Amino acid sequence: MAFFVRRLVFYVVAGWAALTVNFFIPRLMPGNPVETMMAKFPQLQPQAQRALEAEFGAGHDGSLVHQYGQYVVNVLHGNLGTSVIEYPAKVSSIIASTLPWTLTLVGVATVISFVLGTGLGILAAWRRGGWLDRVLPALTFLQGIPYFFLALLVVDAFAIHLNWFPIQQGYSQGLVPGWHWAFIQSALYHSVLPAFTIVVTSMAGWMLQMRNVMITTIGEDYVLAAQAKGLSSRRVVGAYAARNAILPNLSGFALSLGFVISGALLMEIVFSYPGIGLTLYNAVTSDDYPLMQGIFLIIALAVLLANLAADAAYVIADPRARAGRAEP
Amino acid sequence: MTLALPTRTRRARLSTAAPSRTHRLSTKARVGALICTLFVIAAIVGPMVAPYNPSFQSFAPVDILHAPSAAHLLGTTARGEDVLSQILVGLRATLVLGVLTGAIATVLAVVVGISAGFLGGVWDELLSLLSNVFLVLPALPLLVVLIGYLPQRGQTSTILVLSFLGWPWGARVIRAQTLTLRSRDFVAASRETGERTWRIIFFEILPNEVSLIAASFVGTVLYAIGTSVALAFIGLTNFSQWSLGLILYWAQNGNALQLNAWWWFAPAGLCVALLGTGLVLLNFGIDEIGNPRLREATGRVRIDGRAWRPSDPTPVVRSAATARAVER
Repeated sequence: MAFFVRRLVFYVVAGWAALTVNFFIPRLMPGNPVETMMAKFPQLQPQAQRALEAEFGAGHDGSLVHQYGQYVVNVLHGNLGTSVIEYPAKVSSIIASTLPWTLTLVGVATVISFVLGTGLGILAAWRRGGWLDRVLPALTFLQGIPYFFLALLVVDAFAIHLNWFPIQQGYSQGLVPGWHWAFIQSALYHSVLPAFTIVVTSMAGWMLQMRNVMITTIGEDYVLAAQAKGLSSRRVVGAYAARNAILPNLSGFALSLGFVISGALLMEIVFSYPGIGLTLYNAVTSDDYPLMQGIFLIIALAVLLANLAADAAYVIADPRARAGRAEP
Repeated sequence: MTLALPTRTRRARLSTAAPSRTHRLSTKARVGALICTLFVIAAIVGPMVAPYNPSFQSFAPVDILHAPSAAHLLGTTARGEDVLSQILVGLRATLVLGVLTGAIATVLAVVVGISAGFLGGVWDELLSLLSNVFLVLPALPLLVVLIGYLPQRGQTSTILVLSFLGWPWGARVIRAQTLTLRSRDFVAASRETGERTWRIIFFEILPNEVSLIAASFVGTVLYAIGTSVALAFIGLTNFSQWSLGLILYWAQNGNALQLNAWWWFAPAGLCVALLGTGLVLLNFGIDEIGNPRLREATGRVRIDGRAWRPSDPTPVVRSAATARAVER
């Protein structure tokens, strides 16, 4: 029970930190965001300027504490302000229409990468010195390569030269998004290359960590005892060694989510994928500060939720965590 | 004074053991060190030996997007600039950014990690909470938002923001190591002799964490280079300062891939990938110093037709005859 309470406190503090960082960024950074926006978008109405000033604390209406209170109330009501580039669209509705794209693609690709990488890591450790273990150093090249560079090469090879997959976008033009087969088929087809690049670049990390922990675990006495009992190799590997070696990978899963999100952001820019990363990029390049802030907050909260899920998986896998004696 | 003796002998033993350890560095680590050294040399002499001014644009038709030739060893860009000169100059900026960020973030990590681990109690709770919160805040989106607000996007601001976000991973690892070291006999002994806290930290704890700190430094340099190149690629950089990321930004903007101008984008991308690989391999070597099981064993024995290394699990006899004998 202590484990849950500690984690719960952590999530509350982390969520509050994300909220507060988001509140202070526009107030602490140099320059006046409202003036920048008004200069760039002359079509904005005076009432829009007043709303923006209130949001960014530029008009000095009320104390900082008052502004902060107002901000928290707004966020809790799901009111993230109004976008400037797509005025008068609400930031929350823009996020609601782009977030599902990112969540689906990045979620599926991450799970595939984790399962595949962990599995291959187990194999590499068990067949130590085998061919899989020997090509492992070469895989570090995939870790070192900048994500967007690999993505560009993949696009060049499979989309431009071989013409097997579409170059960009999330679905074919002219299709109306909805739950009909033509659209789903098109969306799946468009997601193959982006998902492939995420899996390829992130898999090596899981594999390396799993292999290294597995090698330490295989040397433990209880694994030797299991082997000496005459259990089948598959059982020794699966139920004895890998069962315990996977714990660091599970807690690493939560910690690496930030990297996954970073990769996803670049992926969406390279593929012009209609997700939240591309929207953030557009917002930054066109000085749409309310949209920028709203998206950062949502990404931060999404990462926290994913962490919570990874924690739950850890608790299921590690009885010590259930008893409150260990934490990831 | 007699109580201080064990610590002194321990230190002496550590120092004599050091040379034999470096002898045992694996091929992986040596390749990594070699790659990193070459890049450091290139960054030092690069700007001095660059054949052209990297920003010099030649509008003579022969100089526009020319494939590698004797005059331009790595070809030219669509604006007639020499790619080799851009890389030689840009390498220094990218490497300086990586090393400075690595240094600042590692100092922060060591200070936070050792304070948390050594002081314990409330301090530990607070500092751990702080680093965990920083770990779950998604770094790249936060960077994009922060740099989006900056009126001037310079090298210094990128270094500061990257260091500010890059320390928690190292702090976590160092804290864990400090916790185990704190309760060791030699630390207890020096505390009993009345050594001051700062002396215990700098002369007893820190020397035993050198490999961890080095690994954390190398990891942070890798993160800083990768992130800064990605930020430059999406245009959030200082456009008057050549770096590997800026070359890739212009190559992508000039449709180098679609024009098949591989010499424009491939060298810079490969440099980043190779540098990253070198750093990852170097970190392998540092890991192997800390964890002997990960080392490539030199001696092999053949038992029952299979090669065994000292680090493998203890061989178990598994033949049909023995299995039957056991069943009976």
